[in-house]
Amino acid sequence: MIRILLPLIGLGLLALGPMVVSDYGLGLLIGAATYVTLASAWALFSGQTHYISLATVAFYGTGAYTVAVLNEALPYGAVLICAALIGGAMALVVGLSTLRLRGVYFVIFSFGLAELVRQVITWYEVNVTGTLGRYIFLDITTRQIYWQMLALGAVTIALTAWINRSRLGLALRVIGDDETVATHSGINLARVKLVAFVLSAVILTLAGAITSPRYVYVEPAIVFNPTVSFLTVIMALLGGANRLWGPALGAVPLFLVFEWLSSNFPDTYPIFLGLLFIGVVFLVPNGLISSAESLVSRKKEAGR
Amino acid sequence: MSFLEIDRAVKQFGGLRAVDGVSFTVERGEIVGLLGPNGSGKTTLINLVSGALPATSGAIRLNGQRLTGLRGDQIARAGVARTFQLVRILPSLSLTENVMITAVFGRKAHWGAEARRVADHALEMVGLAGRANAVAGDLTYIDQKRLELARALAAEPEILLLDEWLAGLNPTELSEGVALIRKLHEGGLTILMVEHIIDAVRALCPRVVVMNSGQLIADEETGAALADPRVISAYLGGDVDA
Amino acid sequence: MLTTTLILGLVLGGTYALLALGLTLQYGIARIMNLAYGELTLISAFVVVAFFQGMGLSPLLSLPAVAVAGYALGWTLYQIMMRPLVARSGGGGRLEVDSILATFGLLFLIQGGLLVLFGANFTSISYLDRGVSILGVSVALNRLIAFGICIVAGAALVIALRTTTWGLKMRAVALTPASAPLVGIDVNRIARQGFALGSALAATAGASISMYQTFSATGGVVFTMKALVIVIMGGVGNVPGALAAGFALGLLETFVATAIDPGLTLAATFAIFLLVLLWRPQGLFGGRS
Repeated sequence: MIRILLPLIGLGLLALGPMVVSDYGLGLLIGAATYVTLASAWALFSGQTHYISLATVAFYGTGAYTVAVLNEALPYGAVLICAALIGGAMALVVGLSTLRLRGVYFVIFSFGLAELVRQVITWYEVNVTGTLGRYIFLDITTRQIYWQMLALGAVTIALTAWINRSRLGLALRVIGDDETVATHSGINLARVKLVAFVLSAVILTLAGAITSPRYVYVEPAIVFNPTVSFLTVIMALLGGANRLWGPALGAVPLFLVFEWLSSNFPDTYPIFLGLLFIGVVFLVPNGLISSAESLVSRKKEAGR
Repeated sequence: MSFLEIDRAVKQFGGLRAVDGVSFTVERGEIVGLLGPNGSGKTTLINLVSGALPATSGAIRLNGQRLTGLRGDQIARAGVARTFQLVRILPSLSLTENVMITAVFGRKAHWGAEARRVADHALEMVGLAGRANAVAGDLTYIDQKRLELARALAAEPEILLLDEWLAGLNPTELSEGVALIRKLHEGGLTILMVEHIIDAVRALCPRVVVMNSGQLIADEETGAALADPRVISAYLGGDVDA
Repeated sequence: MLTTTLILGLVLGGTYALLALGLTLQYGIARIMNLAYGELTLISAFVVVAFFQGMGLSPLLSLPAVAVAGYALGWTLYQIMMRPLVARSGGGGRLEVDSILATFGLLFLIQGGLLVLFGANFTSISYLDRGVSILGVSVALNRLIAFGICIVAGAALVIALRTTTWGLKMRAVALTPASAPLVGIDVNRIARQGFALGSALAATAGASISMYQTFSATGGVVFTMKALVIVIMGGVGNVPGALAAGFALGLLETFVATAIDPGLTLAATFAIFLLVLLWRPQGLFGGRS
């Protein structure tokens, strides 16, 4: 009971956030909530199966761009639904083609996917529609964006918790450990991976759609920023990609570090991020939560 | 119609025919040994039956249902369970979960308490009862083998494929292992076991099939097979070249 | 028109083949999926351009030096970064995941460094860009030279792998790293050499490309992507396959650029990649699955 109560209370407190912080603080809250959502959605698929997706921003940017294109044509709710459908369709195509094969092919494809989508959209806008930059004029306040993102984040984590208890979750964990055993146990590898991947992708797309009004002016080069994919992965890894709260635990501090780095070292921050990433891969490969757990159990062993 | 039919199965890797037109059958409730020197294609044949590898040609049928051409998970759900030559346990799952997965995702599709019950029963059968919450990665080698066997049993399979399950055991463990397999067979389980340990085969299998260089060279009563000059020269080399 | 496409496509293909050679060595022999490969190429390109613009040193003269430096860099990278990962993973699938993640971080690290040192602007020099007539088609001399370098490097590599003992060891490690130690091969040393050689080839490719291509500090991803696609298409660790696939990609891209639209070349690359994956995942020429 407390497992549900505590997070709900926390959620309530966070929802009250805009009342007490400044505009700058609200911006930070939105950023943190966005990355908690992105990292958790990423981990939903990649954390368990170890199929590393480097395509986060391909979906995030698609969501943002969908809003940019449709925001004057359809009501906001319909735009969000469209974004989700498009993200899901993209994930289906990518998943159907690459998830039946070895993990490395999926990673390679995801690596270039954002660049591909960006180029295709650019080409289309330049040659067909003739408008490269688009404006988003939506009557949505910053607070509403925050609350939507908070809700999406909460749904993501709740969904992950539910999946963890379900057959899908068990299947994902088995796949992550040994695909041969998974197959021989009766798990349909392709279908399970596809379901998780599409779920994850839809959330990533919605996150992009929700935050897009903050951009006001949207261009492919802006919304398909590779740093988003990069940060998502390192945040999930740092906290622990296969733990429920791992991604959130990694996202909040790293987001703040990133904000501080990019304001104070606008030219050199990629170097620090790269070093940090490599550091995480080498020193905390299973995430902080796992490391903390082994530390505690080692102390218990020693104390016996 | 036999229970398991292997009908001119062929597996070709480039220029190598690892399984070269092998045909034999296994009746329901039988326990059959699959013998042969190293490199004769025994494990490849098991891989064809379990769907780990697709057959190049030929057919494999279980209970009349064609297995060749199906995905591995479909074959598993048809009732085929196996162990592996190099033990494959899942390090991030608990013992119960390791065993439970075949009960959950196999033919019977159990879930929740029911699945746990099946898993616990399987753990009990192999002698790992009461260790349900141990970490799978910490088990000794023989216990890991037992775990893998429990996982196969939890599938409540029609046929069990053992790939050198008795390998690497000391004499005590070996006799325990043989007793366990005998108990399973006496419970009605159909078993096809790849094995090198002749004493175990003599003790367990009334009938053996022998492969050499991808081909079937004997399919007869165990005593007769082991005295068959072709079988002997396959293992030891000689006039009939291996 | 067709001849033009053919000639230009082959010349471009030569560059791509050279680009992919290094990666197929790194992935095939050292089992490192190096996502920072394009960045290694860029380092070399920037250095060569800097030498040219700063000291007037011809790219052709700095090329050997850059190749050697590339080897040293690759050797060092393997020792410091990859070796611990190999040891930790036991060489299995975990290594692939780890090397992808580690090189992904390396990508950003190097890109950050390049941005600081050289800025985000596009750079290009036009060295030896006078036209040479091949079968009636005017081809820039620098592209021809790059093509020539590719042929030489590719041929040398293929011959060395086929005929020398060293080449035999390399192929052994690429094929079965688990069995290689049984015949006395020091897998770690061979893997390191393979990685370093791959890095040297990346540097060579970078130097060749710098003569005519416009590039920027953030363009590494596209290089890596193309190299990856060629490596997969050609079959991992398959040097002749990578050469053939490189040419194929060059032809395809040139065709798409002239007949359809220059803005869709990456989409065409991806489309081909998908088709190959769906039809023959072991690569068009690959044997190892």
